[in-house]
Amino acid sequence: MSGKSSIHLVENALLVSLHDDVTDTEIMDLQDTLSGRIAKEDVRGVVLDISALEIVDTFVGRVIAQIAGMSRLLAAETYVVGMRPAVAVTLVELGMYLPETRTALSLTHALSQLRRG
Amino acid sequence: MPHSSTSNLVKILEEDFTGIVEEWLGTQVEEGVKRSDLFSDAESRAQNAELLKNFAAVIRGGMVDGDFNLDDAAWEDLRAVLADVTKERVSRGVTPTEMATFVLALKSPLFSRLQDKLADDPDALIEDVMLVTRLVDAFAIHTNEIFIEEREQIIERQREEMMELSTPVVELWDRVLTLPLIGTLDSARAQEVMENLLQTILERQAEVVILDITGVGTVDTQVAQHLLRAAAAVRLMGADCIISGISPMIAQTMVQLGIDVGTVKTRSSIRTALADALTAVGYRIETVKD
Repeated sequence: MSGKSSIHLVENALLVSLHDDVTDTEIMDLQDTLSGRIAKEDVRGVVLDISALEIVDTFVGRVIAQIAGMSRLLAAETYVVGMRPAVAVTLVELGMYLPETRTALSLTHALSQLRRG
Repeated sequence: MPHSSTSNLVKILEEDFTGIVEEWLGTQVEEGVKRSDLFSDAESRAQNAELLKNFAAVIRGGMVDGDFNLDDAAWEDLRAVLADVTKERVSRGVTPTEMATFVLALKSPLFSRLQDKLADDPDALIEDVMLVTRLVDAFAIHTNEIFIEEREQIIERQREEMMELSTPVVELWDRVLTLPLIGTLDSARAQEVMENLLQTILERQAEVVILDITGVGTVDTQVAQHLLRAAAAVRLMGADCIISGISPMIAQTMVQLGIDVGTVKTRSSIRTALADALTAVGYRIETVKD
């Protein structure tokens, strides 16, 4: 895995942290690695922590949607956690409501929802 | 050395200062702008005397070759007095017309005195009358500007107060927030409301947010759009959003306008919304008396 973004196994989910200065190529690599690990480790969920992201554009928005779609095909729910207010406003303004993802306030919140099923 | 045409004016003001003040007051009564309901006689007289005193002072010292510029430093005192008097009158509810007429009423006593003094010199009389007209007109215009400025400040202050008043985010219970919206929801307010709400969600780690629109008079496509965007942003933050207070009337309007709320939960009253919210965060409301 290149760069600063990381994937960790937490309970029965994969925690993916995106870093502030994540590059486009890095995100593409991340998608590759992530899909491999979801299949191999048979997890129930993917938790995408974007609390470090201060700026989003349509590309990042699409990547989140793609990760969610890909995870669902591999039988894992995607939770987006830690979105900043400014990021939420920007995504809404861009018209990216991310209907395919679930959202949670924090990692704890997401994990408890995953446990509940 | 004062210009010849101002010297007459200066003389008149020196000779019959109180007379002019009294006649100025008299003209105000005639024009019906004295507003004795708002100001006592003594107050009016004091205001007029103060204005006229400063007026006389600048005519003596503030004229350059018989011409004047209201923005000059020499006119500062007079401007300040004018501003004070205007602000005082604005705050007591004097109308712009009354305020302008109040100042313009100064012309007539000055004219009649000039006429008496310069009866045998028509050229000088016309020159002086024109000067007085320009001076007093300039005051009136200045007064009007202050008047409008004062009004604008009031409007601006009220707008800010309304902005603050209108977006209180209230914590109803652990992890349950509500935002009672009142009045109209334009773009500026929607933006303010949304930012405020999202920030509070982050601070309180709220899981459910109730957007209550009981106090919103009308919902058109734009208002609905703002509400749904706020709801979408709330969801992206990881909280649930319930829009409550949708009256039967508003429900009908929304359907007729073809507004699709999608997956956003809507409730008719804040009461049912609260019950839902508490269930969502794991509480139950029970009666304790059997």
